Amino acid sequence: MTAVNRVVEGMPIVAARLDPESAEWLRVLGGVGRQREAALARLHAMLLRIAQAEARRRGPRLRITGPELEDLAYQAAADALLAITAKLSQFRGESRFTTWAYKFVILEVSAKIGRHFWRRPDVPLYAEDWDRLPGRFGFEPAQQSEWRDLLAALCRAVETELTPRQREVFVAIVLNGVPLDALAVRLGSNRNALYKMMFDARRKLRAALAANGYLDHHTPGRS
Amino acid sequence: MNGWQALDRFLRTDPRDVGCAEAMEMLHVYVDLVASGAPAEQQYPGIDAHLRACGPCGEDFEALLAAVRDTAD
Repeated sequence: MTAVNRVVEGMPIVAARLDPESAEWLRVLGGVGRQREAALARLHAMLLRIAQAEARRRGPRLRITGPELEDLAYQAAADALLAITAKLSQFRGESRFTTWAYKFVILEVSAKIGRHFWRRPDVPLYAEDWDRLPGRFGFEPAQQSEWRDLLAALCRAVETELTPRQREVFVAIVLNGVPLDALAVRLGSNRNALYKMMFDARRKLRAALAANGYLDHHTPGRS
Repeated sequence: MNGWQALDRFLRTDPRDVGCAEAMEMLHVYVDLVASGAPAEQQYPGIDAHLRACGPCGEDFEALLAAVRDTAD
């Protein structure tokens, strides 16, 4: 009988036999003494390299540079290593060990950059400057006659179709360009909850625009 | 991409979309499939739909895939 860990999207996830490299990581990290210390140092170096690369890639967009960026990468690598060692028993062999471990450091970098966002003093959260809306979607001022009615209908739909909370989140993300992770930090929420809220808001807005002939109803499929 | 296309894309929702929590829970499995050339999007269409629609999760996916490929070199 095959041991099934869990079912995701109707697909049974089966713990495969560990590849030799993953098995070796588990063996040394689960042990004691010098071998474990050496493995921890090696893993930390790998995590740090990834954190540095990812922080450098994302940092400039968020105006984080220099020592601050380096510090963020070191903290992300250290926190990821702690989480990995604490959750070692949860590794089920569904992927290579290193891929599972790298996920921790990537998510740490994301979370730390989200928290860092609020060090900027100039970020409006709920300011409703609707004149920004055309630019957010790349509508050209020269073609205003073509999109004016569409965006007016979108504004009306935001007003009439969304709940107050959905409207706040729409304004923060769409009008004010607040990243989802940063907004989650500010609202004491999480990425998943805000995404679901926006998912429902997007569905309502599309339905309203489609009902008024501005957009087609969406047929699920790949673009 | 013009404004109409950008707005259309923004408002498009896929009922198969599994959301951030499930996509992130399975991200390492999905990335290993992609890195090995397996048809991950066919095996996990709900995760594929999510990663296409969610900017932060899509960015984490690209970052993890890059990390796996870079360290494999």
